[in-house]
Amino acid sequence: MKKIKNAIKAQFPSISENEALSRMIIMGFISRTNVTAEDMADIKTMVSEAVTNCIVHAYKDSPGKITMEAKLFEDMELVIRIKDTGCGIEDMKKAMEPFYTTDALGERCGMGLCIMKSFSDKFSIKSTRGKGTTVTMRKLLAK
Amino acid sequence: MNMVLCKSFEDKVLTVRLPKEIDHHCASKVREEIDALVREAKPQRLCLDLTATEFMDSSGLGLILGRARIAKENNIEYELKNPNSSTRKILFLAGVDKIIKVTTL
Repeated sequence: MKKIKNAIKAQFPSISENEALSRMIIMGFISRTNVTAEDMADIKTMVSEAVTNCIVHAYKDSPGKITMEAKLFEDMELVIRIKDTGCGIEDMKKAMEPFYTTDALGERCGMGLCIMKSFSDKFSIKSTRGKGTTVTMRKLLAK
Repeated sequence: MNMVLCKSFEDKVLTVRLPKEIDHHCASKVREEIDALVREAKPQRLCLDLTATEFMDSSGLGLILGRARIAKENNIEYELKNPNSSTRKILFLAGVDKIIKVTTL
């Protein structure tokens, strides 16, 4: 089993101010590593997308808690897990399609999951209707 | 407090400088401000200047695509100026560079 170098867990309410907070937390967590500027920007975006999804979709009807966990392993693999206990994703296949959005106002572009998947080295998502969604994103940082 | 950093209207070109960070939290306010400026100025060209924008996620992409739609509906030329490398990455991933003019100084 891989050895953990460092780990954090943060929990915050699903208010949009916390999108910036989540980015600051993850930046602080990896700031003492040799992470490249490009990876840092990618990680910031991945976290922002995941937290925004919780706020906009999972808790669209009633606010709830968002849990963000990050683990950094000795081999410099960063694992970020963002979890909500909201409404869950109705149609995962559709949700994963680029530009698919349930936003009726047409101001969301439906690229959130696509960006998370594309910017991480490994991406997985588990969702149960009525129970919530967990996304796990992995990225190998520079040693 | 206004979200857009500054605006200029010269030779029928409305240039709006977008804020340092564009996420879901601020996107609706930025959107409202740009749309109000467009309604007021009735420009021939709308230029969203991303020089000061250090961070943007898909909420920013939605804002850019939404303004492109409004520009098209109103026969307004539309361009994006100076996106940084991470914003460019998102724009290219979505293929925005194929439908919107992106200029870099």
